[in-house]
Amino acid sequence: MKEIVLIKLGEIALKGLNRFSFEDALKKNIKSTLYGLGYFKVSIAQSTIYVTPKSDDIDMDEVCDRISRVFGIVSFCRACVCDKDMEDIFEKAPDYLEDALTFAKTFKVEAKRSDKKFPLKSPEICREVGGLLLEKFPHLTVDVHNPDVKVIVEVRDFGAYIHAGSLKGAGGIPVGTGGNAAILISGGIDSPVAAYMMAKRGVSLTAIHFASPPYTSERAEDKVQRLLKKVCRYAGPITMVTVPFTKIQEKIKDECEEELFTIIMRRMMMKISSIIAEKYDCSALITGESLGQVASQTISAIACTDDAADMPVFRPLIGMDKEEIVQISRKIDTFDISIEPFEDCCTVFTPKHPRTKPVLRFVRYAEEDAHLYDLIDEAVENVKITELRQSD
Amino acid sequence: MKEHYLDNSATTQVSEAAAQKAFELMRTKFANPSSLHSMGFEASKELESAREITAKAIGADVSEVYFTSGGTEANNLAIQGAADAYRRTGNKIITSAFEHSSIHETMLYLQKQGFEVIFIQPDSTGCISAKDVIDAVDDKTILVSIMHTNNETGAINPIREIATGAKRKNPKVIVHTDSVQAFGKTEIKVSKLFVDLLTISSHKIHGPKGVGALYIKKGVRVLPRTFGGKQEKKIRPGTEALPLIGAFSVAISELDVQKNTEIARELKTYLAEKLSSMDGVTIISPENSSPFILNFSVSGIRSETMLHHLAARGVYVSSGSACSKGAKSHVLSALGIEDNIADSAIRVSFCKHNTTDDCDALIEGIREGIENLARR
Repeated sequence: MKEIVLIKLGEIALKGLNRFSFEDALKKNIKSTLYGLGYFKVSIAQSTIYVTPKSDDIDMDEVCDRISRVFGIVSFCRACVCDKDMEDIFEKAPDYLEDALTFAKTFKVEAKRSDKKFPLKSPEICREVGGLLLEKFPHLTVDVHNPDVKVIVEVRDFGAYIHAGSLKGAGGIPVGTGGNAAILISGGIDSPVAAYMMAKRGVSLTAIHFASPPYTSERAEDKVQRLLKKVCRYAGPITMVTVPFTKIQEKIKDECEEELFTIIMRRMMMKISSIIAEKYDCSALITGESLGQVASQTISAIACTDDAADMPVFRPLIGMDKEEIVQISRKIDTFDISIEPFEDCCTVFTPKHPRTKPVLRFVRYAEEDAHLYDLIDEAVENVKITELRQSD
Repeated sequence: MKEHYLDNSATTQVSEAAAQKAFELMRTKFANPSSLHSMGFEASKELESAREITAKAIGADVSEVYFTSGGTEANNLAIQGAADAYRRTGNKIITSAFEHSSIHETMLYLQKQGFEVIFIQPDSTGCISAKDVIDAVDDKTILVSIMHTNNETGAINPIREIATGAKRKNPKVIVHTDSVQAFGKTEIKVSKLFVDLLTISSHKIHGPKGVGALYIKKGVRVLPRTFGGKQEKKIRPGTEALPLIGAFSVAISELDVQKNTEIARELKTYLAEKLSSMDGVTIISPENSSPFILNFSVSGIRSETMLHHLAARGVYVSSGSACSKGAKSHVLSALGIEDNIADSAIRVSFCKHNTTDDCDALIEGIREGIENLARR
């Protein structure tokens, strides 16, 4: 049975003259997410994108699963393609709808006939198809007001389509239309969620990860790669920049007051990230900070770290509870990876009592006295680049 | 003497590539997957890649596959683990009367623990009728476990119909199927079967013995039967048998379900035709049974006698299921087969390596047996 996916556009349809660039980005992202699943034709007509597979052996479950994570889509449906005659519709409808109707108790049929030359009128199509389905699935009854499943028969210009209603899309706006930003990612629960949230607003991502071997292991880095691959399912391909951070962390530990270790470390991360972000054409940084979650995320601490960045820093989780963040991380399937117990750069050398109300002036003095700046260039020069996509 | 191995539902020969993989994982990548060093990391990558291959083969997500020591352990874990997890919501379990002993015995154990266990009898076609199962489902039912393909007769049960019907009646019901004899022999996609738990095993598909897997649908609870480390998300602790798991995954990637099914179907048709024309031979396998299994009986000659007679001629078959050797088959008695026929039942099971040559040798052996062996 031939199937296609019909995609309804979201906020995009409201955009004025920029609409076409949004639509093009979305088409490109759909093609990109389907990479490796086979060949598809992706075309657009009347605010609907048609994804038509070019061969019969394509795994349509996987296709729909991937499309459900593309931002810029409000809803989509997976439909069976029929010839424009009732005989063909009759033949295909029961088989195609079997899965959807199995657990339903009630249903209704809706017809949309945009091709007015079709011999039957909409109510007639509904009656005929409804009658057939009742006969084939005796456990069903018709409920026109509040059905469990709404069967839709669309007769359009090039064919007839049958489907069992729309599925919810990921919402948001297409990745790539909102500029580029760099996400600082350690391996915890928060940063992948922050990355996901900014991608939802159309931002293309570059990832920056700080590695401190031998205090952190290759497994910690692998963990971050696996997290980012999950994020790629929403955000598209991501370039991961791994920064060697050992020397800087050791120097901070040797030269600075223990209580200021975390705050100075985070300032150094910001400085390095700003340089890297600029190289990679990013105009903002993203972090997973949430106000008050830990000592380095109090208002004064955030003020101190913010001061070190040369560009805007987005903190999409700033007002969220941990519970809310965990909920999203489960939804995007990063939670189970995030809780794997490998040391990351943020947990190495953590002071027993970090300062919760650091004063920027004193932090700057301490940082200058430690002669850390020479090490920044060295770290930036020795980064490692890894290209990531959802599956390889 | 040329050997004719026709007992592939008991176990299969491990493929060359699978054995190679096991060797490599024993000798080269032998570290503990839980070790933090790079060798451990390499081993854990092998483990996860094996999990991915296994998950893909049944249309599951990688997080839904748990490796076990084989079909028996997976079945025990599924049945006991689910019964334990859901015992507060109900007390009734439904199964069939002709399950593999690893399910059957577990059910008898649960019965002793106070669960109400309903054993559904096969119908006149030799299969479990979906209607019989669904009729038995009520508000108190927590678990339904019906095997996919019967190991002795090859009867294929309507798992999808059973699962959908049972869940329509009571959405909370957990459905398990033992797919050990179906995996690799028919396309399996968990989402199409609507099951929550599914058992598969390695040594029936040219992988090594000692490894299998349980599919546990996301969100379905199964409590562990053993306690220890954090392996397999604490559901099945113990250092992973990586050489076996790796070899299992190689055997899975070598599967060509369609081609193997065609080979088996041709052999079965060929053999069934020749056997039916012989005096005193009754075919026990139901009409639409698995092409990989043919069960028949030779009137008046005990299974074991015939089996030894054939083995002396290099033809290897099974009497009933190899797991319950010697004892009378509870499967055949559940089918209402008369004792004298059940006593002389022979099970032949094919794999992709068999040819009509093997069938001819078997037929010749049976013919000689009918002529020469003393009847009761």
